[in-house]
Amino acid sequence: MVNAVEVSALTHRYGERTALDGVDLQVGAGEIFGLLGPNGGGKTTLFRILSTLLKPTEGSTRVCGHDPVSEAQLVRRAIGVVFQSPSLDLKLTARENLKHHGHLYGLSGEELRQRTDEMLGRVGLSERANEYTEDFSGGLRRRVELAKGLLHQPRLLLLDEPSTGLDPGARRDVWTYLEELRDKEGVTSFLTTHLMEEAEKCDRLALLDEGKLVAVGTPNELKARIGGDIITVEAEDATALQGAVRERFELDGQVVDDTLRIERADGHRFVPQLVEAFADGIESVSLGKPTLEDVFVQLTGHRFWSEPE
Amino acid sequence: MSAVMTLVERELLRFFRQRNRVAGAIIQPVIFWILFSAGFKNSFSPGGTGTYPQFLLPGMASLIVLFTAIFSTISIIRDRGEGFLQGVLVAPVSRLSIVWGKVLGGTILAVLQASLFLLLGAVVGHTMGPLELLASIGVLGLMAVGLTGLGFLIAWPMDSIQGYHAIMSVFLFPMWLLSGAIFPIDNLDTWFGVLVYANPLTYGVAALRHAAGLGGNLSPLLCLSVTAGFAALMLVLCARSARRPAKGDLR
Repeated sequence: MVNAVEVSALTHRYGERTALDGVDLQVGAGEIFGLLGPNGGGKTTLFRILSTLLKPTEGSTRVCGHDPVSEAQLVRRAIGVVFQSPSLDLKLTARENLKHHGHLYGLSGEELRQRTDEMLGRVGLSERANEYTEDFSGGLRRRVELAKGLLHQPRLLLLDEPSTGLDPGARRDVWTYLEELRDKEGVTSFLTTHLMEEAEKCDRLALLDEGKLVAVGTPNELKARIGGDIITVEAEDATALQGAVRERFELDGQVVDDTLRIERADGHRFVPQLVEAFADGIESVSLGKPTLEDVFVQLTGHRFWSEPE
Repeated sequence: MSAVMTLVERELLRFFRQRNRVAGAIIQPVIFWILFSAGFKNSFSPGGTGTYPQFLLPGMASLIVLFTAIFSTISIIRDRGEGFLQGVLVAPVSRLSIVWGKVLGGTILAVLQASLFLLLGAVVGHTMGPLELLASIGVLGLMAVGLTGLGFLIAWPMDSIQGYHAIMSVFLFPMWLLSGAIFPIDNLDTWFGVLVYANPLTYGVAALRHAAGLGGNLSPLLCLSVTAGFAALMLVLCARSARRPAKGDLR
């Protein structure tokens, strides 16, 4: 089976600024694949290249086996795109939006009517099909957008930050649809996200930071890169503490934004020793299982939220 | 249904669903027509046959075409900002279909309003026969394709509606003022005359005046050729422009 996405040595520059820097990536058919990274890390650029909106500066890209630049129409037929700000016409009803979209994809007549009804039912909007989308909440609009993206039965669904601006219920709904599509129809989903909870639910993930791919794997594989537990210590002088811990316990901690992070198997046994040894310098200690955020911090050496959202 | 037709259908649906737009598009030119007629009646002698309100009729019809073209194409900027256009751009639709969808949609709306307006000539004693009406609709169609195309060219690369407004005030509206829409174009000063004769809209307004049976001193053939040529040129330029990505897509 053809990979849904194949990218090699992909680089994109906006003038002087490098948004993507030599990215290599394969996404298999039938996966839910997440692209996780901070805002400004290059996610949206990759999304635009895959959705044929942007020509990459260098490198090769294949989407469902086709080149999004030279075979744009073939790629466009094979993909469904769900934008972050829904691409709906608010002066049209939900049904009219779908009808219009179907026409753009060459659907018409009875087939289009059936598909429209089916999709509206699937996203739970049959009752409100004839209302103007203007009157819909953000969550409902996203559902219409999703129905639109799926109307022409794409093999690959590209979603840009699908959970942004949705309440928890609506987020769950979106995920239920994606999993259903994968399980019943083998549709691949490729989504960008900056939310850890969302990334946790993906089959596989790529971490993207400053235009570079820092890791690819299942959420568990990524977390397994960290040996044991994570101990986060807030201290008056984290750097001094780092040195002292190295001397005393032969452990290399990482200083990130005035906190010291230490990886250690059986963390619950280590914490009392640590506190006893440096009781004076320590303000607080927390112990946890590694999260994707910890993986990100370990691989990049900086916090996920290095700048305000 | 083809991509062009569905884009046109959307354009028309949107127009008729915004009642204030329908009202504004018809009422404003009527008000202008009445006020200009009242104000300039004694200052201009249009030459040839007819009164000033009759002379002004095609000029105001061309203003309707211009306004409709502006309103149709300014929506490109809003559609891009709100995301609707992105949905069209990732659909398997050629860029040329997008140009045609926009231009045809704007043209249908412009011709509809402007030809209804021309019928108001009956109020000031100018009734058109079926042939004159048909010829006028044809000329209005060519003018509308040209002006909607021009609006498309301006709006496509733009990411702010304010920017478009600025171009509208310093370029599009003066273009109409310089088209002989409100004054006869004989005995013009040199620099002023150059601007008037270099303005493609001058020939559109003159062609419409001929078509509506109100005469004029430019040759009908010249007027028609320039108007058709301008429309064709705009379509070619739009097709080229639409292939390039716009700044607004990269935010």
